[in-house]
Amino acid sequence: MSSHYYNAADLPNFGTIAEGNPELARKFFDWYGAVFAEGALSAREKSLIALAVAHAVQCPYCIDAYSSDCLEKGADLQQMTEALHVAAAIRGGASLVHGVQMLNHVHQKGM
Amino acid sequence: MSVDALDGPRAARSLHARAAPLAAPDAQLARLAAVAPGLDFDATLRARAGGPLRATAPGILQINLGKLCNMACRHCHVDAGPDRLDSQMDGPTVDATLALLGRLPSVHTVDLTGGAPELHPRFEDIVRAAHAAGKHILDRNNLTVLLLPRFAGLPAFLAAHGVEVVASLPNPRAPNTDAQRGDGTFARSIVALRLLNAAGYGQGDPARRLTLMHNPAGALLPAAQASLERDYREELSRRHGVTFDRLIALNNMPIARFLEWLDEKGNTAAYLARLEGAFNPAAVPGLMCRDTLSISPDGRIHDCDFNQMLGLPAAGQPTVQDATTGRLDGRAVVVGRHCFGCTAGAGSSCGGATAG
Repeated sequence: MSSHYYNAADLPNFGTIAEGNPELARKFFDWYGAVFAEGALSAREKSLIALAVAHAVQCPYCIDAYSSDCLEKGADLQQMTEALHVAAAIRGGASLVHGVQMLNHVHQKGM
Repeated sequence: MSVDALDGPRAARSLHARAAPLAAPDAQLARLAAVAPGLDFDATLRARAGGPLRATAPGILQINLGKLCNMACRHCHVDAGPDRLDSQMDGPTVDATLALLGRLPSVHTVDLTGGAPELHPRFEDIVRAAHAAGKHILDRNNLTVLLLPRFAGLPAFLAAHGVEVVASLPNPRAPNTDAQRGDGTFARSIVALRLLNAAGYGQGDPARRLTLMHNPAGALLPAAQASLERDYREELSRRHGVTFDRLIALNNMPIARFLEWLDEKGNTAAYLARLEGAFNPAAVPGLMCRDTLSISPDGRIHDCDFNQMLGLPAAGQPTVQDATTGRLDGRAVVVGRHCFGCTAGAGSSCGGATAG
């Protein structure tokens, strides 16, 4: 047992998650690889989306992995920062748009 | 030649100019050896790639005309720069190299590199001689050199001799390009690419082939060549109206200024571990050392450009004066820890990825 919740050294050991169920792990990693393959979106575009989502879900492993991956795919800091702002805008907007529910409540219950 | 006449972007100063410790090839080899733990390249080849590397008959004669360059890029494995007036190939060595070309019938390609090879006073002579001998010619071109006033006629000259231009452009956008090669590089490169397009380059004509060369801006491995090529095409065409024929991707070799940068950032051990961990047996058969002779400005023959920079001559220490097919064919390739730079991921060579 580690004495803390996140350990950078765990990232390269992601594959060991197969220990408890190799078949499900194989399916996951096959699917994961297919998701990130060059398709209608380029590998660079997919990596930028992954970086943005990594920040939205606040996964430190994913942030490490996709910061490097974005650079390897040829993205630069400007593009990576814009992707983050998209994630942040959706997170912020998701909070703010719930304000309409608040307004509805206020207008219904208030005078 | 005056240094003032070598206008160009600068991201660094040469190790040589700074008398930096890593300026000496032996110091670079010692630094690499000091990074532990590491795999042994030769043992890895024997265990995972079917045995040691042996050279075939040479197909490519790569000639380094000297380290003089109008640029000074942060990652340069040659330690080239505008101060490197010390290292130009002299006239007798040029003549002996061209004579060697006549003794090696298997050679189909003459690959001119540097520094900026165009700055060598015999550059055009060499192109004419290789063209007359029916060889395919590569000019490893930094693009910004084409904007020097004295080279206004160079694109037309290259086109007239069917020279393939292999142009360094690490990224299809400015930030990563300029970070690696110096402020203003990208803008100048676009101007140069337009000059090449205007001379007929980059439009599908095999006699005017324009190849772009990508390398990552950091301690990273490059993405798949095909994917990068697609991004380059879209970005360069959409924003700049520039076209090219193909893109090749190279790994950064942990020597010279890139090794210094790795050390400064504390990335050396992790980068070597990345290269070693990404060893790809499928990249081995296409390694350039197997069919390339790398000629240094002093006329010595090496198995590759990187061995040349590390002062590791080919087995038997051949030179352009004494080399013969019998001495070169089948020789054991000289290898070291840096060789993991060419076998990592999709593999890497002066021709790009070596594994599909």
